[in-house]
Amino acid sequence: MAIECLVLGAGQEVGKSCVVVTINDKKIMFDCGMHMGYLDHRRYPDFSLISKSGDFNNSLTCIVVTHFHLDHIGALPYFTEVCGYNGPIYMTYPTKALAPLMLEDYRKVMVDRRGEEEQFSYEQILECMKKVTAVDLKQTVQVDKDLQIRAYYAGHVLGAAMFYARVGDVAIVYTGDYNMTPDRHLGAAQIDKLQLDLVITESTYATTYRDSKYAREREFLKAVHKCVAGGGKVLIPTFALGRAQELCMLLDDYWERMNLKVPIYFSAGLTVQANMYYKMLINWTSQKVKDTYATRNAFDFKHVCSFDRSLINAPGPCVLFATPGMISGGFSLEVFKQWAPYEGNLVTLPGYCVAGTVGHRLMSAKTPAHINIDQDTQIDMRCQIHQLSFSPHTDAKGILDLVKFLSPKHVILVHGEKPKMATLKEKMQSEMGIQCFDPANNETVSIPSTHYVKAVASDALLQSSLSPNLKFLRKCSERGSDFGGLDARTKPRLKVFDDRMAEGILMVQRNQNIEAVHQNEVVAMLGLESHEIKFANCCPVYIANSETRNVVLSQSTVDKSFWLRLLFEKLSSKFPETSIQDCGERLQIESFSVSVCSKEICPHRTTANLQCMPETMYFCCTWSTADEKLAWEIISVIKSLSLRDK
Amino acid sequence: MFLPVPTDSFSMCNGEINSRSCQKSLDLESNVYKRRKIDKPLDESSLIRAEPRYKIIKNLLLWNVSFIDVVLISSPMGILGLPFLTRSKDFSAKVYATEVAARIGQLMMEDLVTMHKEFRQVYGPEGSGSPQWMKWEELELLPSELKEIALGKDGTDLAGWMPLYSAADVKDCMQKIQTLKYAEEAFYNGTLIIKAFASGLEIGTCNWSIICPKGSIAYLSSSVFSSATAMCFDYNALQRSDVILYTDFTPCNASSISNDDDNGSATADPNQSVDTVNWEAIADDYQEMEKLDFICSCSMNSVKAGGSVLIPVGRVGIILQLLERIALCLESQNLKVPIYIVSSVAEELMAFTNVIPEWLSKQRQDRLYSGQPLFNHMELLNDKRLQLFPAIHSLKLLTNWQEPCIVFCPHWSLRLGPVVHLLRRWCRDENSILVMEEGVDASLALLPFRPMKMKVLQCSFLSGIQLQYSGPLLKTLQPRHVLFPEKLRQHIDPPKNLFSSSYYSEDETLNVPYLKENSELDIAGDLASRLHYTTLKQGNINIARLKGELAIEQGKYRLLLGTEQDVSSQIRPVVHLGRINLDTLLTELRKIALNITVEETTSADGLYKASLVHVLEPNKATIEITEAQTLISTADKNLACQISEAISCILDCF
Repeated sequence: MAIECLVLGAGQEVGKSCVVVTINDKKIMFDCGMHMGYLDHRRYPDFSLISKSGDFNNSLTCIVVTHFHLDHIGALPYFTEVCGYNGPIYMTYPTKALAPLMLEDYRKVMVDRRGEEEQFSYEQILECMKKVTAVDLKQTVQVDKDLQIRAYYAGHVLGAAMFYARVGDVAIVYTGDYNMTPDRHLGAAQIDKLQLDLVITESTYATTYRDSKYAREREFLKAVHKCVAGGGKVLIPTFALGRAQELCMLLDDYWERMNLKVPIYFSAGLTVQANMYYKMLINWTSQKVKDTYATRNAFDFKHVCSFDRSLINAPGPCVLFATPGMISGGFSLEVFKQWAPYEGNLVTLPGYCVAGTVGHRLMSAKTPAHINIDQDTQIDMRCQIHQLSFSPHTDAKGILDLVKFLSPKHVILVHGEKPKMATLKEKMQSEMGIQCFDPANNETVSIPSTHYVKAVASDALLQSSLSPNLKFLRKCSERGSDFGGLDARTKPRLKVFDDRMAEGILMVQRNQNIEAVHQNEVVAMLGLESHEIKFANCCPVYIANSETRNVVLSQSTVDKSFWLRLLFEKLSSKFPETSIQDCGERLQIESFSVSVCSKEICPHRTTANLQCMPETMYFCCTWSTADEKLAWEIISVIKSLSLRDK
Repeated sequence: MFLPVPTDSFSMCNGEINSRSCQKSLDLESNVYKRRKIDKPLDESSLIRAEPRYKIIKNLLLWNVSFIDVVLISSPMGILGLPFLTRSKDFSAKVYATEVAARIGQLMMEDLVTMHKEFRQVYGPEGSGSPQWMKWEELELLPSELKEIALGKDGTDLAGWMPLYSAADVKDCMQKIQTLKYAEEAFYNGTLIIKAFASGLEIGTCNWSIICPKGSIAYLSSSVFSSATAMCFDYNALQRSDVILYTDFTPCNASSISNDDDNGSATADPNQSVDTVNWEAIADDYQEMEKLDFICSCSMNSVKAGGSVLIPVGRVGIILQLLERIALCLESQNLKVPIYIVSSVAEELMAFTNVIPEWLSKQRQDRLYSGQPLFNHMELLNDKRLQLFPAIHSLKLLTNWQEPCIVFCPHWSLRLGPVVHLLRRWCRDENSILVMEEGVDASLALLPFRPMKMKVLQCSFLSGIQLQYSGPLLKTLQPRHVLFPEKLRQHIDPPKNLFSSSYYSEDETLNVPYLKENSELDIAGDLASRLHYTTLKQGNINIARLKGELAIEQGKYRLLLGTEQDVSSQIRPVVHLGRINLDTLLTELRKIALNITVEETTSADGLYKASLVHVLEPNKATIEITEAQTLISTADKNLACQISEAISCILDCF
């Protein structure tokens, strides 16, 4: 059995996230994103690789969308309304609530402002969203008889989730985008310890290690404050949702503390409306924000008001939030064109801009510069640029921490930059010994999956396995002589393990359940009688020492226990970890029993002469097959007894 | 049974002051008590004038609480008795409840503790001994109805009356609860998977599914098929359980409803066909709407006549719906009558209900998707049409109070909380109306307020599975066995061909039949392939000694390849089955080139026959063979090994 992962998007790049995972005939599409950097067919994943005939309903079991960013959901209306997928779609409640806003905002930018041909209509967005089943965190959803999915908190944006999917014994996690440290409005990603065959993780910051976020937040606030104090205008291009709310909370709080009166605007009604959603979905924010909802909902911003187009060129300082985030068009581009030529103004850039956007060009630009907006327009940019260095993505440490915590058998990296991913992949393989892949788009990775043999266990077996069955294993001398000395110091000489299953028997019969039973049950089940194989050896010990011999000869009825005690001491020092029972007449070690034999003729004596020799003591030993090895070791100790007496 | 909070010193506005010292009472935990013939008519002086106590299940006290492993809470109401349990220092059980049931339950408990404080202020702190009224002489003097409430039918319930828990007890109790989402898997002790599924009764209420390696149990509590506020009954999740524990007592309660309300109740009796039930289309929602509309129209009549409306209803879902509907009615009739909620937790509750879309009905969730608030009360609050007051004596209330008004407030028992004060104020006003839930003995509840001129509307809201739907529901759920309460025996006729059933009653242990005999064990594929299999002599059966580490995870037994063990190493078999055929053995021994002679003997005690095989070469050995045992005597380790292997060859061994 194997897990097949077809990477349709975000393979060795960022954009149009889409991975189709096949586990035992179940095909799950994780994310259905769009690439913001392309305007041709490359903007969508190549869905034809799922089904040549385009019969997606029969080839896909379900679609799971991790969060509302367009590079994770942008192609969904196209896939359902244009390509005709009708099957189940799952996303969290906030994602279902907020995704239509994102999609409609994007559609408007494309159609109304850029005059592009419409990919999907507003009605189609709504139709698409009707097919979505919303899920809560940790809610275990039974998609069908065999497939189970579950969402875990991912931080990143409101409602972002990692998804766990299980088919039979095979389980995987697809992380989507996540953040391992809490920020102003969202908590850190949280997931259970799971038994996983595969983790598919984002790797946006595969090689970046970040320090505390608070210092970077201060930098941002200082830059904004400096600009408005000097009478400048601040343009903050953001997506309508997520970053906008986070920065807004940051500024609202700062304005309150610093008693600033400069207006903060939200462009259009869009983001103000978005705050309404945030208020209802406050349980998806960080603990700190949640705790205050009863007294004042943190998304009731005090200093924020709506923006009117006429205010673009109004005198005086202001702060404006405008969409879209990467200045790829729309209102943020319109305002940018107006404000960029003035030195006193400030434009902030999000931490990540997709290649091909104006935002991306600004990232590498040094002011003053000439910026090409499109083929016909060039702008003489003189304003300040502040790049936001706090990001809702985890850094490399976060990725490694998550993978270490989940310790899956395999990892696939997506949603990152090729060279950085290669570095992280190396690190994961060498440091954690986890096999790691970083496939490019349209490549398939095949991974072996665990499977379990289903057996029926009897009560007697499970009962017996409740009590520990400790075994001790000496790991000394015999081990490779070259490293013998080294081993002795680094490895423990004695290993203890708990072999509770040692009495378990697996019975495999054709056309019947595989049964796991206790060995005592087998006899009755098979209708056979048990037969015991035992060993015996009456072991002679030659008493060489004359003094001892004299003792023996003078007192023929010498206390047998003297010899047993002698043996007891010897054995105790030889086998310090084994329990030796002194039963008076005999010593018992596991099934091995030894006593002093005073019989004239013993049937277990196999020495040339069965007769008792005057200078010889006899130790009569019996044992069963289980302790064969131990028995011969003990016998060699017994034989060496006489040597010490010399 | 107890007297309500005395309000002698209380004069709110310049209304009439109820100066008589009243003596009334009510069993706070009472369900339905049938009225009996009384010796002398009860009046307010019959009631116990003391700090009330609260009655818990009497046999809870006989339990050793440390023996309880798991407590499952199915509803916010079902949490109210929990602190009585958790405040015992021996309590160590794991408590599970849905997030919302726990939160709303906590608010209800905190509110109860706050309201109860008023009694402390009147009566002073309770002494260490049992209160005066619990003395036997005092109990003897009680009227028979009250005595029955105090002592129970068989006279043994007195010990069940507990002093109320403190705010600290509530806090402590909440810390012991593990909260869950709907359908979240909780693993108890590795072996139990516990999941909560919506029951539709109220926001956050649930049924439980418990899966263990030996089978599954569904706990079916009072459930409602379609609810206007709460997420609807998720019965699909309970399908194909081995056992269903049916704990919906709705039919029992319905059959014993006393019908003595003054104004006629709004009970409706649906009569639908049960054969082809389209669960989604069950119309109990519609009937509930009619009841609410009836309450609204009665309320409108009252306020139009200058009276006020008092609604001491405890169910959050009903309150939320009534709020919206009454506000709509007022608006459509252009009435400027304020709505008040008086409760120490009103503000918290209103804010909370607007941030839990995941727990609400589909219609409410659609409001989220269209960007509307989940409930209209946020808008009402902004317009000041709805006002929240923490207490009856709060400054905010005193400065804003207007009559007529519509008031929602606790407590449904009419013994404590703001309702007592308002009832005293309005009970002589024939234009005002009191809306009560069914289930409270109205005559006893209203005793302290007699003579009542106020209208009383007692309403039974749907609170469980109606009898006619329980059969089809169980048919859908396909259990193997159903446990019904004994009280339901007369109402239910389970189809015997579909599942077996048994009946449980209070204080009796019932063994649950029909769970699987064996547990499932998953053996890791890599381990299974590395076990050493032997085929038994009788053929067909392969057998192997198990190895590896047994793990109990996610409700499953799993045998995994241990890290410490060398699985491939072969250990010597320790169990041998079968009989030894001497000739076969001799052949085997000769195969390994042993020089042997055979001798038949009997044992020393002459009890059994034995064969003795003497090995002469390569070394000396004797093999004594009896039916059940073979004894190999030799000093030669290798020879011993060779011989035992030869014997193993002709036996089944593992």
